[in-house]
Amino acid sequence: MSPVLSFNDVRIRFRGDNAAHAAAAVDGVSIHLVKGEIFGIVGESGSGKSTLANAAMGLLPSSVEVSGSITVNGREMIGLGPDELRHMRGSEISMIFQDASASLDPTWSVGEQIAETVRAHRPVARGEARARAIELMGEVGIPDAAARYNDAPHRFSGGMRQRIVIAAALANNPQILIADEPTTALDVTIQAQVLKLIDALRRNHGTTVALITHDLGVVAQVCDRVGVMYRGRLLEVGNAREVFANPTHPYTRALLAANPAWAKRGSRLPVVPAEWSVETPDFANAGGTT
Amino acid sequence: MSDLLRVQNMRKTFVTGGPPWKRQRLVAVNDVSLSVPRGETLGLVGESGSGKSTLGRCILGLVPPDSGSVVFDGIEVTNLSGRALSEFRRRVQPVFQDPFGSLDPRWSVGRSVREALDVFRIGTPADREKRVLELFDRVGLDPALVHRMPASLSGGQRQRVAIAAALASEPELIVADEPVSALDMSVQAQILNLFMDLQQDLGLATIFVTHDLGVVEHVSHRVAVMYHGTLVEVGDTDQVMNRPQHDYTRTLLAAVPTLAPPTVQGGTHAQGQH
Repeated sequence: MSPVLSFNDVRIRFRGDNAAHAAAAVDGVSIHLVKGEIFGIVGESGSGKSTLANAAMGLLPSSVEVSGSITVNGREMIGLGPDELRHMRGSEISMIFQDASASLDPTWSVGEQIAETVRAHRPVARGEARARAIELMGEVGIPDAAARYNDAPHRFSGGMRQRIVIAAALANNPQILIADEPTTALDVTIQAQVLKLIDALRRNHGTTVALITHDLGVVAQVCDRVGVMYRGRLLEVGNAREVFANPTHPYTRALLAANPAWAKRGSRLPVVPAEWSVETPDFANAGGTT
Repeated sequence: MSDLLRVQNMRKTFVTGGPPWKRQRLVAVNDVSLSVPRGETLGLVGESGSGKSTLGRCILGLVPPDSGSVVFDGIEVTNLSGRALSEFRRRVQPVFQDPFGSLDPRWSVGRSVREALDVFRIGTPADREKRVLELFDRVGLDPALVHRMPASLSGGQRQRVAIAAALASEPELIVADEPVSALDMSVQAQILNLFMDLQQDLGLATIFVTHDLGVVEHVSHRVAVMYHGTLVEVGDTDQVMNRPQHDYTRTLLAAVPTLAPPTVQGGTHAQGQH
């Protein structure tokens, strides 16, 4: 099956005078997502997982050097102009973030915001956009959607707000959804519901999902495949169950072992070796002193 | 074993903001009683708004409870003032989620730790310099870092500094509110190890407030589960985690994404250094 979303030897570099900032944020990553799969991109701070996702959406500032190739249904995303990006976003590929409130306008009703997204891509009448918005709200599990169409975002809980953002992201039936830490700010019981919703989207619409997270448990719960990133590099890719059962890379092994859920209660947790630490001495030495 | 801390019928309410006719009384902590024996760790878990942090802050004396009592080592501490309050604060110390918030950004981290020694007048001024270095060593920080500013340390190092500052007054109880929630998994493991070491070496009692059930299960002797301000269940870690009595505890445990333990090949290779 040909990949729906494809990263080919992607390299991303933030320009800056400071040597530390000139380092590659993403360093030769290739990932190919097929239709209907949930692919987990997992890593700690600074691994480049979010930068990679932002590059696919064309969200990086123009000062950032991106090389390699990112294709959505065979169409190259790198170097697209604003109009072409606008067309691709929403109708082909869509993205949601950790903080749902930041994606919503606090002064606008949630229903109007979803309807606006529908109308931004398709020339439909207001009434039709409204009906579609209510349908979407129902689909993502907002109870009594029609009655809540006119409510402002602050009238909803965090989990419900994330559902509304998902509804807006789905407004124009994109084939790909990039979810960057979508449940990190949510309580576990709410997280479970949102993960279930993402899984249902994939089942009902065949949406391909790139799920970016630091949480190995989340990956184990919903992802078909997983890619482990560290400092801009992709260390390991495979079937999620397989990678967790038999990790081949020492970093993956160390990261899994550091998880308290695996260790005997009260025992010392195996610490990730210094060469794979996200907090290396050179970072500590980079700062100034008094 | 005698209880170091005993909380009885604690109640704390807040009045919500807004115009007077819209204000409501919100019960953050509702009739909670619990105790912590010397040298034990109590894990206090719950979701957002469960009242777990408010309970921790009431115990620390940072917010006054509406009613109820906090007895620390036989002394009622809810109405202390002056020297007695200072002595209580020396013996009970907080650690928070964000060490950036507890360290002065314009002070070297050594000075922030030294401040705790100065405030409680521990040792002679000359001794204190040495004591700061000992504390850095105790929490696994290179003593050469004392002159650093908080901004030039990593998140894990900053949390170690905050723990060193908390240990400066030789407390008997630490109330740690989400101390590892902002840290990467690899760093989180190091800080959890530090907490367990301190427990063993210094006989510290700890109240570990967190939303993370995996963490709580690992470090706690006993676990208390809060829901909407009420303590729904408290018991030995093994019992609460494996044989939960309350429906809410069961719901909470069922919602945690589980990572099946590895086969023999996996997971055991990471014999990290300390």
